[in-house]
Amino acid sequence: MTDKIPVTVLTGYLGAGKTTLLNRILSEPHGKKYAVIVNEFGEIGIDNELIVGADEEVFEMNNGCICCTVRGDLIRIIDGLMRRKGKFDAIIVETTGLADPAPVAQTFFVDEAVGRRTRLDAVVAVADAKWLKDRLKDAPEAKNQIAFADVILVNKTDLVTPEELREIEMRVRAINPYARLHRTQRCSVPLGDVLARNAFDLERILDLEPAFLGSDGGAHHPDHGRDGAHAHHHDGMAHYHDEEIQSVSLRTEEPLDPDKFFPWVQDLVAKDGPSILRCKGILAFQGDPQRFVFQGIHMILDGDHQRPWREDEKRESRIVFIGRNLPEENIRRGFAACQV
Amino acid sequence: MTDADTASLTERTRAIVPGGLVAAVHFLKDTAAFVLGEAALLLAAPNREQRRVAIHDGGILAAACDGQRLVTGGDDGKVMATDAGADSTIVAVDPKRRWIDQVAIGSGAVAWSAGRQVFVKTAKSEERTTDVPSSAGGLAFAPKGFRLAIAHYNGATLWFPNAAAAPERLEWKGSHLAVTFSPDGKFLVTAMQEPMLHGWRLADAKHMRMAGYAAKVRSLDWTADGDWLATGGSNQLILWPFAGKDGPLGKMPRMLAPAQGLAVEVACHPRQPVVAVGFADGLVLLVRLDDGAEIVARRPGAAPVSALAWNATGSLLAFGTEDGEAGIVDLG
Ligand SMILES: [Zn+2]
Repeated sequence: MTDKIPVTVLTGYLGAGKTTLLNRILSEPHGKKYAVIVNEFGEIGIDNELIVGADEEVFEMNNGCICCTVRGDLIRIIDGLMRRKGKFDAIIVETTGLADPAPVAQTFFVDEAVGRRTRLDAVVAVADAKWLKDRLKDAPEAKNQIAFADVILVNKTDLVTPEELREIEMRVRAINPYARLHRTQRCSVPLGDVLARNAFDLERILDLEPAFLGSDGGAHHPDHGRDGAHAHHHDGMAHYHDEEIQSVSLRTEEPLDPDKFFPWVQDLVAKDGPSILRCKGILAFQGDPQRFVFQGIHMILDGDHQRPWREDEKRESRIVFIGRNLPEENIRRGFAACQV
Repeated sequence: MTDADTASLTERTRAIVPGGLVAAVHFLKDTAAFVLGEAALLLAAPNREQRRVAIHDGGILAAACDGQRLVTGGDDGKVMATDAGADSTIVAVDPKRRWIDQVAIGSGAVAWSAGRQVFVKTAKSEERTTDVPSSAGGLAFAPKGFRLAIAHYNGATLWFPNAAAAPERLEWKGSHLAVTFSPDGKFLVTAMQEPMLHGWRLADAKHMRMAGYAAKVRSLDWTADGDWLATGGSNQLILWPFAGKDGPLGKMPRMLAPAQGLAVEVACHPRQPVVAVGFADGLVLLVRLDDGAEIVARRPGAAPVSALAWNATGSLLAFGTEDGEAGIVDLG
């Protein structure tokens, strides 16, 4: 696709197993070399030439908006790492347990030099099954990390009963219905399920459909069996509506009017951007033979035509917003008004 | 200026093969020192001799030069100084082997930063240090007096390394990166994370906002007479007027050499009102400020220009690109 260096962001609470996963990525014989940006030196047991300490400097942009933030240290470090292009194949950014993933992710869309040379591959959240339930209650950052993630490892599953695990997964699904969820012990997941996910790649947004669409029991679920935890989440949505972070899924078979849709969605993220953590959509515009896809973080939207609609494919528009205290009724009404 | 000028300039270019990304270029007397992304300098002497000098054990993150010494900072935690004779000495080694993010040279002293800590080694080899609120985005010595400007998040700090007084803080919201004093020492200008510059008139800390750029400004340079600040960051050369006591306050910039690509590197001729501009499409133009005339010094290539410098007399112009192409144009 491009020669941009893929970047994987590892989030998760202290002790959840981030370092275990990192050590596995660095030590398994996959033939790839990683540059690693960490916050705690010395935790990594593997000898790696390209380990960089970061300070998690979150900088607000000049517009003064609280959600429009980047990681200043990351911009500087990636610029420095790119001096050694050819010495590594991918970058992993480990964040502290308290970190908000959004500034990290936004850095790849806001800074031109970073975005030209690297691409955000996925945000991976490692969560400790035993503690997750409590953390979701008392730690907003834990909830944030789950809500933001593209891949979630519910780790240390051996420390909970099957019933507890099922409940934890339901809570996770109530916050984030479209992430890939994996049950693990010692983070033992095939690394292909964590790395090279292309979760922010508009070309590959199709691959996310199974998890992404399942939330309201939709019609077609290709490739459904891959993810073991998946089967639970339909009823999970019914039982656990997280009171604060939720997802709003929208769909319609009516074609959309681009002249109504774009002003609406731009206005929505301009006003409610601070509450919207992530959004994704696949859109069918009136008279447009191409699928339009988009994804966003807070106020940043990234969208493009993807490919022609196939003959055998239902021309349906689907969007999901994940956020905090989202104005669901407003969003539904606004979306409905975009139909032709 | 004509096509014939362009043809003669490209004919008078000595091709250099650095073998990798050129992070910066500086002149040590008439020897062009190409700072490579990794480990080494490539010194191209006027007698056409070339020497590769390994100075860092890893990436080279920052470079600054006063014509006699080229100072570099590396991800090996070392600050090195190299002269035209390829003689390299260690200025300092960070005790924690942190990345050396920024370097500066001036008043016979060397400055560098590692994260939030900024160091100066004076002409008498005494080391001083100060902390700033966030990682230093840029360092610059004042043209007169022993004073260092440090750009960082939410402003800049003016530090007198030899004075006991607390450093002076200039505030402005946002992340400040490259920093430069006007040659008369009256103004301080930073390039920000946003596509804009910020300036302070030092006499009264009056603010100057210089906006309207298409991209983050990565290169700033003062014309020989000090009247103009030349910048990249737009699809043309942007020049802010600093001749009056108010600097660019309430004034529009001059815009010259409109082009297809984004101007990324600028280097002002050391004696004449001419600016060399390097673009993201690899083009290098010489722009004459009197009449806006342009000559192509290098035709567009495959990668952005990443380094541009004149020698002290302005007879040689060296350039380098992100994909490792480089050359020296002989204008003498
Ligand atoms: Zn915002």
